[in-house]
Amino acid sequence: MAHLSLRNVGKTYAGGNQPAVCGINIEIADGEFIVLVGPSGCGKSTLLRMVAGLETTTDGEIRIGERVVNTLDPAERDIAMVFQNYALYPHMTVRDNMAYGLKNRGASKATITERVNEASRMLELGPYLDRKPRALSGGQRQRVAMGRAIVRQPAAFLFDEPLSNLDAKLRVSMRMEIRKLQKRLGTTSLYVTHDQLEAMTLADRLVVLNQGKIEQIGAPLEIYRKPASTFVASFIGAPAMSLLDAFIENGAITLEGHVLAQIGNMAGPVTLGLRAEDLRIAKEGLPMMVEHVEELGAQRIVHGTIGAQTLAVIDTGEAAVQGAVRVAIDPDRLHLFDTTTGQRIESKRQTARELAL
Amino acid sequence: MTDSPLRTTLPNGALLSRLRAWYSADTPNPAKRVQFDRPLTPWLFLLPQLAVVVIFFYWPSVQAVTSSFYIEDPFGFGSTFVGTENYTDALTSSQYASTAMFTAFFCVMVTGLSLGIGLLLAVKADKVIRGAATYKTLLISVYAIAPPVAGLIGMMFFDMHIGPLTDLAAFFGHDLRVGINYWDTAFALITISVWKQIPYNFIFFLSGLQSVPVSVREAALIDAQSGWRRFCDVTLPLLAPTAFFLLVINITYAMFDTFPIIDVVVKDKPANNPITLVYKVYLDGFKGNDIGGSSAQSVILMVVVAALTVLQFRFLERRVHYG
Ligand SMILES: Nc1ncnc2c1ncn2[C@@H]1O[C@H](COP(=O)(O)OP(=O)(O)OP(=O)(O)O)[C@@H](O)[C@H]1O
Ligand SMILES: [Mg+2]
Repeated sequence: MAHLSLRNVGKTYAGGNQPAVCGINIEIADGEFIVLVGPSGCGKSTLLRMVAGLETTTDGEIRIGERVVNTLDPAERDIAMVFQNYALYPHMTVRDNMAYGLKNRGASKATITERVNEASRMLELGPYLDRKPRALSGGQRQRVAMGRAIVRQPAAFLFDEPLSNLDAKLRVSMRMEIRKLQKRLGTTSLYVTHDQLEAMTLADRLVVLNQGKIEQIGAPLEIYRKPASTFVASFIGAPAMSLLDAFIENGAITLEGHVLAQIGNMAGPVTLGLRAEDLRIAKEGLPMMVEHVEELGAQRIVHGTIGAQTLAVIDTGEAAVQGAVRVAIDPDRLHLFDTTTGQRIESKRQTARELAL
Repeated sequence: MTDSPLRTTLPNGALLSRLRAWYSADTPNPAKRVQFDRPLTPWLFLLPQLAVVVIFFYWPSVQAVTSSFYIEDPFGFGSTFVGTENYTDALTSSQYASTAMFTAFFCVMVTGLSLGIGLLLAVKADKVIRGAATYKTLLISVYAIAPPVAGLIGMMFFDMHIGPLTDLAAFFGHDLRVGINYWDTAFALITISVWKQIPYNFIFFLSGLQSVPVSVREAALIDAQSGWRRFCDVTLPLLAPTAFFLLVINITYAMFDTFPIIDVVVKDKPANNPITLVYKVYLDGFKGNDIGGSSAQSVILMVVVAALTVLQFRFLERRVHYG
């Protein structure tokens, strides 16, 4: 168990003219669960594999504990990795799969047996210890891959989308299991996913990556409540935050000609972010034309337009929603972003009252 | 386990799957299965293939078995039934015994060396070329050389006047006399045969290596620091089906397909040269006109090869893991 630190870490692939990741600074405390999240191709796997030693690090410094590991072999780094396709050794039994790493590190027979037994108890793999991976279901293989990581008792666990090959239901239960296991073992973990739900539920801290750079680091709720940019805003939260073109005039923010709230001394165009769960269908408010409705059971997502701009609203009411409706907005829950840089603007609202238009 | 090695090794190979894709591009949609109205029609289509098998395989085999019980008059004036005499003659002849010994030695050397070197080259090439197709094609194209041509080229290497290998041996103080000295000839035969077979083994080993999933290799990279350990514990077992298939093929090659090479090297040379059983069958039958004796030898050979193949499948295939 150890802390992990990435200092100014970057990677340019041979032949690539642009770095796949660059300028990454993260300090990870001992026992912390960090989730790297971002869209496909943003460099999550690259970063994780650099920590594992499967890719070379072309810039910066990676430390595991007190050691700089940049030039160490993967086997020397004291990490364990869980791969997306499990990467079990197909010719070895489950027991041997788990024992192999320990055996190569010269652990005694007694230690190996003890750790394998303990891991298989934790993961309920007992009945399968003598089977080959091909005789296991996807979920069971996933557990073996976890077991292989656990028995090593490494300084850090690295996960690269370990659940993305499982069906939705299993994914949810394995997610909770991974979290419980990690809490219990207290092993520092770095977890890659592009599933924002997984990211929110697992992480102590989230790292949102975009095109090889960190967009924001923070606790899941902090990122949800205060997304640092339009990118983060549209990536975290489902349905995605609606981003609309608005205007600030005389200290008032207006959307399609409707004044929403009084805001400090700013002026000019602004990107307005509205979360569907912060909006309500109400008697009074912004006029919206309903386009279509996604029925989810407990709630429904109402997609509509205000002027030429689209907006999603979560509705929990019973009555059918169609045609022209009105949408109430909580002025405390407005997100403002710079129209050119996409960066968050902290507004100083003067009046905190729901506007009736 | 029940699959034949061919069926399980081939689909893994990158090269072979490409061949397969190329092949199946020409075949019509397999979902549209052809249905024949009359039951005879399919047999009609099979006929050419069946004819080939019968005319070139079964018929000569039956002929061989029959004539092995006769002594044929060298001038073609009929034949006499002699029972198993041809067999006892062959099996008790000291010349036959020494040829059999040499064949065994030759097989072990050729199979061992060409598998070993093929594997070594494949492992080295795999490190370099992951995915570089042109490189692979270049390395593979060597296999397109026909055996007699390989024999001729090999002979040139070992030529007493212009052969570079003869010069090399001379440099180390050895007077290499292929075709005259028994062991020098054996050395040349083995060298040329191995040289000819390496590309074949190389291709299969390489495509076998490339079908080991990258992530499994990476998992091994994390689990074991020593490259040799990873090779022995992970790569080699996953290569076992390929290796088993190649073992069968290579033994057959050493026994039979080296014929043209031996022919080129020892033809028209003094008598005391190492030859394999197959070449002896040819010498006795066609040069010595002893059809009966040579037929008996070829039947013995068939039995030995059949037994060997059965043994391999029974004892080795069980140990081979088919992922
Ligand atoms: N071996 C490589 N050589 C060159 N470029 C690469 C290589 N591997 C990845 N890249 C590039 O680096 C960038 C980041 O890739 P990476 O695999 O880290 O993305 P990712 O965030 O894991 O995406 P995903 O969610 O799809 O797995 C991509 O633009 C990709 O094209
Ligand atoms: Mg990835």
